[in-house]
Amino acid sequence: MDDVQLRALVPQVLSVLVRRGADFATAEDAVQEALVRALSSWDDGLPSDPKAWLITVAWRAFLDLARSETARRDREARYDTEPPTGEVSSADDTLHLYFLCAHPDLTPSSAVALTLRAVGGLTTRQIAAAYLVPESTMAQRISRAKRTVGSAGVDRPGDVRTVMRVLYLVFNEGYSGDVDLAAEAIRLTRQLVAAVDAPEVSGLLALMLLHQARRASRTRPDGSIVSLADQDRSQWDTALIAEGIDIVQAALARDQLGEYQAQAAIAALHADAARVEETDWVQIVEWYDELLRFADTPIVRLNRAVAVGEADGAPAGLAALVEVDEGVPRREAVAAYLHERNGDLELAAGLYAVAARNAPNLAERDHQTRQAARLNQHLQRNP
Amino acid sequence: MAKYLLLKHYRGGPTPPSYPPMDQWTPDEVEAHFEFMNDFAARLRDGGEFVDGQALSPDGVWVRSGDEGRPPVVDGPFAETKDLIAGWMVIDVDSYERAIELAVELSSAPGPRGEPVHEWLEVRPFLTAPPNVTD
Repeated sequence: MDDVQLRALVPQVLSVLVRRGADFATAEDAVQEALVRALSSWDDGLPSDPKAWLITVAWRAFLDLARSETARRDREARYDTEPPTGEVSSADDTLHLYFLCAHPDLTPSSAVALTLRAVGGLTTRQIAAAYLVPESTMAQRISRAKRTVGSAGVDRPGDVRTVMRVLYLVFNEGYSGDVDLAAEAIRLTRQLVAAVDAPEVSGLLALMLLHQARRASRTRPDGSIVSLADQDRSQWDTALIAEGIDIVQAALARDQLGEYQAQAAIAALHADAARVEETDWVQIVEWYDELLRFADTPIVRLNRAVAVGEADGAPAGLAALVEVDEGVPRREAVAAYLHERNGDLELAAGLYAVAARNAPNLAERDHQTRQAARLNQHLQRNP
Repeated sequence: MAKYLLLKHYRGGPTPPSYPPMDQWTPDEVEAHFEFMNDFAARLRDGGEFVDGQALSPDGVWVRSGDEGRPPVVDGPFAETKDLIAGWMVIDVDSYERAIELAVELSSAPGPRGEPVHEWLEVRPFLTAPPNVTD
């Protein structure tokens, strides 16, 4: 049993404890303790029934925790009897856990941390490393999140939309440490797809798979960015692409379009082009128009302007860019690209330099600096 | 061991050496500079001397709480702020001399024509926790 299989048991074990009457916060601590113990003691050999082992150890840990809190002394008597045998955990239990961890009273960072621990089975240390904060900070964030969920009442959990937003955040942010958060987000989204039947959830999974498929080609070993047009498409993971396309097509066939399905459709059209010249930009623009109906954000409009530039030429792209708010991150980068395509190299070079200055991360800053240097050298050599 | 902050300023230090902004360099010069910076951080990590390194966005504002009954004051961004920190590196090294040595090395990153940029870096020792042995 590998680490991922072990962690897949975590929400099931937690559900069993909660169903036996344990409060969510203490049960979650107990499961975490059992998990840490499993990680250290299973090296010598797996128990015959890992899940039962985890339930037993977690239940004992829960009793210890409940006992050690003097304020809960009255509860002790109630729990200190032989526990009922755990039933098989159902998809509904897992779904309920997702909803708890995406409680609307939680801030996004708290919901992310709690989901990764209580549903994902990651340790506090792993989560802290992934988000580059001290372990004690992450421990505090998680315990506050559990208090919030506890006091807000478990009867008013989040819904599938808040869960999807949390999983999308996990996929999109945080790439360091020994845990691959993007892969973890995919695992948790697969689990969510199994628990709830909704085209948008499938759309989210497809979106993740299609982006994950291109991930290896998106950066060089030194961390620098490779733009979509320059990516080595032979590095793309064709199995993930095929799966992503199947999933999004099946979702779209159900005719309940939403923003994740629209984004997945766009990603599918990119992934489907064996060469960048074969990209169906006209259809991509159509999907951006659909996406605008669900999420009319400056970022969607900005990306649409790029697609319009490819489909109908740089002047059309620049016209579309006029409708995008100033001050949107990466606007200058897109403007620079479109002006370069339009043959206005001097303006483009200046805009690349501005884009570098305003870049939201180092990799993009370096990328835009390279673009500016490239164009400026070209202009010097061809005055 | 002692921790030092190597602070890089966009502005505010002694008069900076004059060279054109990086977008005016040739692509090869840009590449060489990025490579040097990457290698420098990697060497510090390998040598067990790296603690942290961060780059900051050039945009920032000044904030202070307001006088009684008044809203907080948020000023900026200013195009002409006197001091502007570009980023930092925290190192954990054996001596002050080693901290200076590393700062000199970092300052010699290649620029136009491959010549060192001779960028000014500020070196600041951390104030540490009091030692256990006091007499």
